[in-house]
Amino acid sequence: MVDIDLQKIREDFPILNQKVYNKPLVYFDNGATTQKPRAVIEKINEIHSLTNSSTHRGVHYLSGLMTEEYEASREKIRAFINAKDKSEIIYTSGTTASINLLAFSFGEKYISEGDEIIISEMEHHSNIVPWQLLCERKKASIKVTPFDENGDLLIDEYKNLFTEKTRIVSIAHTSNTLGTVNPIKEIIDIAHSHNVPVLLDGAQAIQHEKIDVQELDVDFYVFSAHKIYGPTGIGILYGKQKWLEEMPPWQGGGNMVKNVSFNKTTYNNLPYKFEAGTPNYVGAVGLTKALEYIENIGIENIRTYENKLLHYSTQELKKIEGLRIFGNSKNKISVQIFNIDSVHPYDTAMILDKLGIAVRTGSHCAQPVMDHFGIDSTIRASMVFYNSFEEIDMLVEGIKKAQLMLQ
Amino acid sequence: MTINEIQDSIIEEFSIFDDWMDRYSYLIELGNELPPIDQKFKTDEYLINGCQSKVWLNAEYENGIISYTAEGDAVIVKGIVALLVKVLNNQKASEVMNVDLYFIDKIGLKENLSPTRSNGLLSMAKKMKLYALAYYTKHKEK
Repeated sequence: MVDIDLQKIREDFPILNQKVYNKPLVYFDNGATTQKPRAVIEKINEIHSLTNSSTHRGVHYLSGLMTEEYEASREKIRAFINAKDKSEIIYTSGTTASINLLAFSFGEKYISEGDEIIISEMEHHSNIVPWQLLCERKKASIKVTPFDENGDLLIDEYKNLFTEKTRIVSIAHTSNTLGTVNPIKEIIDIAHSHNVPVLLDGAQAIQHEKIDVQELDVDFYVFSAHKIYGPTGIGILYGKQKWLEEMPPWQGGGNMVKNVSFNKTTYNNLPYKFEAGTPNYVGAVGLTKALEYIENIGIENIRTYENKLLHYSTQELKKIEGLRIFGNSKNKISVQIFNIDSVHPYDTAMILDKLGIAVRTGSHCAQPVMDHFGIDSTIRASMVFYNSFEEIDMLVEGIKKAQLMLQ
Repeated sequence: MTINEIQDSIIEEFSIFDDWMDRYSYLIELGNELPPIDQKFKTDEYLINGCQSKVWLNAEYENGIISYTAEGDAVIVKGIVALLVKVLNNQKASEVMNVDLYFIDKIGLKENLSPTRSNGLLSMAKKMKLYALAYYTKHKEK
């Protein structure tokens, strides 16, 4: 196995090689968004300089070129998650839009009064609120799978949530706070034994491990490009063809129609049925470049290296007196949420900021997780393959300095 | 001291800090010295909007003079509110409501002014000026 060539990788990400407040930038807010490699930045620049043109519409040269690249991107994304057909790859603006699309469209077709939707206690707001909106519209209800003190889902409780009214399961593949990688195969198999489809929210998973939607037999899989080193404003909804065919369109507009008249409008085929309006072709092609970049390094190499970051950061953070890590699953990505005794996380983060260290504070858009532990907020340091062990040392030093100033 | 005299003295105090950590240490000290707010004001009603940390603010008025008490659950943020209390406490409401808080720009805490940053100086200052305006208007009408 090839190890990570960190120096070379860091050179690929121009943003990392800068100083903030005259200190070298330590970027540990990758859970919120990841930085972009040169290949992505240059491709986006190239499109705007050379090929920009709306896809599928014009008969002219540039439009043809752009359409070709846009559709090649769809094929690339299909291959990346091993979907059966590229019509199962729907472009959206991100994970949130993908879940909203599904909650609306699936909800219109399959959810009625009294039905139930299973989610989990560790979901971020994007995988809670769209379902709550649906429940309000349809008078349906949500059932919540709890997690234990380590941050592992209680699978026995999950099993018991199923009734004949259960219509869909929507669960994070990986938690954005606890970092837990959920036992998705088991989750899917249990749901399927009740003939219930499963949506996996892959926002925090796709950048850390190989996804094979056919092997998983998952019904829907969603993720955002900007969390896997691609541009913002583009995301994916993968869905099995049989579901997508039956589901009604969500948003209306150009591109998603075959014929429009005031009497009757017919809808376009998959995937276009769900893609109203001028598509984000720049984002789609940018995402492809990010995926190629990841493949060149090797997702397995990334995973192995990030595991080392996880273990090192766990070991070093635990040495700090009064520091408590929330989320101690054995299956965890390289993210740490923690608090320090009698110190407000916001104070610590403000001091870390001035030391050049970017972390996130707050509830991380997952208030139920905070409620579980009876806290308002935490610090989150999320590490990826361009981070170093030295940076973890700097974080630890920074925390100690903050502790000294604040306690 | 007048409001502007206090502002000038704060600018002078901050001018000796060349490091962020010194500024923060000063704010932490100031925050720790801030007299606690009466428990009855530690309710949502007295909370300044923001989700990152909590700041409670109360104002009282007597003979045209406005006084403030405040508290925060994060120490640095508490220090920031303490700084504002230091400037505006026991001043004429008629002056506070129209005050130009030029010291904020000059002491290098400008980024805390950003309206998107929760519990920023700006929302605290705005709330304090609003209190002054409200009391002033109420008593003028009488």
